[in-house]
Amino acid sequence: MGQTITEKILAAHASRERVTPGEHIWIDVDVLMTHDVCGPPSIDIFKREFGQEARVWDPDKLVIMPDHYIFTADPHARRNIEILRVFAAEQELPHYYDVGSARYAGVCHIALAEEGFNRPGEVLFGTDSHTCTSGAFGMFSTGVGNTDAALIMGTGKIWVRVPETMRFVFDGELPPYLMAKDLILTVIGDVGIDGGTYRALQFTGEAVYDLSMEERMTLTNMAIEAGGKNGVIEADSKTIEYVRERTDHVFEPVYSDADARYESERVYDVSVIEPVVAKPHRPDNRASVSEVAGIRLDRAYIGSCTGGKLGDFRAAAGLLKGQEVRIDTFVVPSSTHVAEEMRVETIGGESLWDIFVNAGCKMGHANCGACLGGPIDTLGRTTGEEIVISTTNRNFPGRMGSRDASVYLASPLTAAASALFGVITDPREVLV
Amino acid sequence: MYVVGDSIDTDQIIPARHLVYSMTVPDERKQYGRYALSAVPDRGQGLPEGHTPLTAPDAWKSDYSILVAGSNFGCGSSREHAPFALREAGIEAVIAHSYARIFYRNAVDGGFLIPLESFSNLIDVIRTGDELQIEISSSSFKNLTTGYDGLLKPLGDVAEILRAGNVFEYARQAGFIDEK
Repeated sequence: MGQTITEKILAAHASRERVTPGEHIWIDVDVLMTHDVCGPPSIDIFKREFGQEARVWDPDKLVIMPDHYIFTADPHARRNIEILRVFAAEQELPHYYDVGSARYAGVCHIALAEEGFNRPGEVLFGTDSHTCTSGAFGMFSTGVGNTDAALIMGTGKIWVRVPETMRFVFDGELPPYLMAKDLILTVIGDVGIDGGTYRALQFTGEAVYDLSMEERMTLTNMAIEAGGKNGVIEADSKTIEYVRERTDHVFEPVYSDADARYESERVYDVSVIEPVVAKPHRPDNRASVSEVAGIRLDRAYIGSCTGGKLGDFRAAAGLLKGQEVRIDTFVVPSSTHVAEEMRVETIGGESLWDIFVNAGCKMGHANCGACLGGPIDTLGRTTGEEIVISTTNRNFPGRMGSRDASVYLASPLTAAASALFGVITDPREVLV
Repeated sequence: MYVVGDSIDTDQIIPARHLVYSMTVPDERKQYGRYALSAVPDRGQGLPEGHTPLTAPDAWKSDYSILVAGSNFGCGSSREHAPFALREAGIEAVIAHSYARIFYRNAVDGGFLIPLESFSNLIDVIRTGDELQIEISSSSFKNLTTGYDGLLKPLGDVAEILRAGNVFEYARQAGFIDEK
C-alpha cells in the first residue's frame, strides 16, 4: 500500500522507507522558526538544557522573525525583542529579521514564504500554531511549544506522531465572490473544531490548483482551526516557480502515492459553495453570509497571516475603490513586502494603499498583534463590546483583546463589503 | 477540583497580552498563575455555577490542584505558556474528554502537568469544589464528595516522558541526546 505526501516526507526525514500513522518517530528538521513571543522562553530553555555557551545545531536552519508585539510601547515586549537581538548576534544567525532594520519582514508565516524558507519536501517547525501555513508548498510544517523548539535548537531533531490524512477535494471553477477563506471555513464547519485533531489535512482538486500561492496558504493556515497537525498541498509548477524565484536551495518535491490510504475524503463542488462566516465564538460556528446579513458591526479588520496578503488587499480594494467605509476599518499588511506592493499595485490608476486611505481606512504597519489581542496599545485590538468582522483566523472569547467583543471571521471580500455598509453584507451585493 | 467546559482555547487559558512576562524571572512568572483561565467568560468559570475564578483576584496561586475540562481542551495557539500558566496556578493534573494536540504535547514535553483523558465528558457529573482522587497506576479517579468513580484512558507512550520529568530527560535516558 502506498503512502501520503505527509507520510513520505516524515519517513524520509526519519531515514526510513515508510512510516505508519499512529507511530512515534524521531525526525530531522530542515527549518526552525521562532518569533518574539515564544523565542525568548525557547532560548531560556535551550540554555538551561544545553548550557550557557551552547551553540544552535545549525545557524543556517534557524529563522527568527519578530512579528507579534512590535509597534507597542510595552516594556516587556520591547525587552523580548532585545533578547532575540542579543541571541542572534551571539549565535551569529544569518536569518534574523530585526525590528527597526531594513530586514524587518513582518508576519512570520507569510515572510517565510517570501524569503524562500518554504520548500517542497522539507520539514519546518515553528513556535506558532499557524506554522501549518507553510504546508501550502508541499512540505510538512507544524507548530510546537518552547520546549520542543529548544530541543530542536540543540539537536535538530524532534519526535512526532505520524498523522493520518484527511483529503479534501475542491472541484470546479471558483466563482469571483468566493475566496480560499470561504473554502476553509466551509471545511472547518463540516468537520468541526476538533475534527482534524492529530491528522493531516490535504487539499487538492482543480479549484485548489487554480489558486495563487497566497490563497493556498489561507487553506493550510487554518488547518489548525480544525485541530489539524498540518495542512498540505502537493507542489505544482506554480509552487516550484514561486520557490525558485526566492531561493537557490535545492529541494525535491514529494507526492502521495496513487494507492495512498486516507482516513477520509470529502469532495466539494466550489460552484455551489456560498460566502460564509464563522460566528462568535468558534471558528467552526459557520453560517452563510446570507443567513447573517444585516447584523450591525462596529469594526472591520483586514490583516493577519490569514487575510493580510497582497491578494487579500487586492480583493478588498476592488470593492472599496471610490467608496467610503461606514465603520472603523483597520488595514494591516501581513508583511513589509506586501505593504510595499500595496503602494505599487494599482486599480484604475490608484494604488491599493491609496484606495484604502481614500476610503477612510486606518492603516497599520506589518505585524500580527491585533489578531491575538496583544499589548493594550496595539492598533485594531478590541477593548470593549465591539462587534467585528475580521479576516483573521480565530474568534474565541478574548481572542482580539476584549472578552466582551464578538468576532465574525470572513473573507476579505465579505469584510470589505460589510465595511461599506456597516452591517454584514454578502459580497455578491456589491461585486459588479 | 475546578471544572470548565468544552473547547477552552489557549486565549482563554492565558490571554495573549500577558505573554510578554518572563517565564523564568520569579516576580514575572507568578503573573501566569494569576491570569490562568482569566479569559473564560464569567459564566463558564468553575462549572456548573460559574463566576468562580481559578485564581482569586488578589492571589497568585489557585486553591485547586486538579482541573476537569470537556472536549478539545487547549485548542488554538501553540503557546507553551498555557500549560505553564495552569501549573503556576497550582494545577498538577487535568482530566479532559479530549485535548488539542499541541497543548497536550506541550504539557508532556515540558513536564508541566499530567494530561489525563476521560472516556466520557465529565463536566456534567463533577462540580467545582468536589474533592477528587486520581490514581495514575490504575488510570482511575474517584469523586470523594459524591462517591462517583470511573476509569481514565491509560497515558500510553507519553507516560515515559512524564516519568522522566520532561522531553530532555527522556531523550537523555533514551540516548538521543548527551548527558548535561
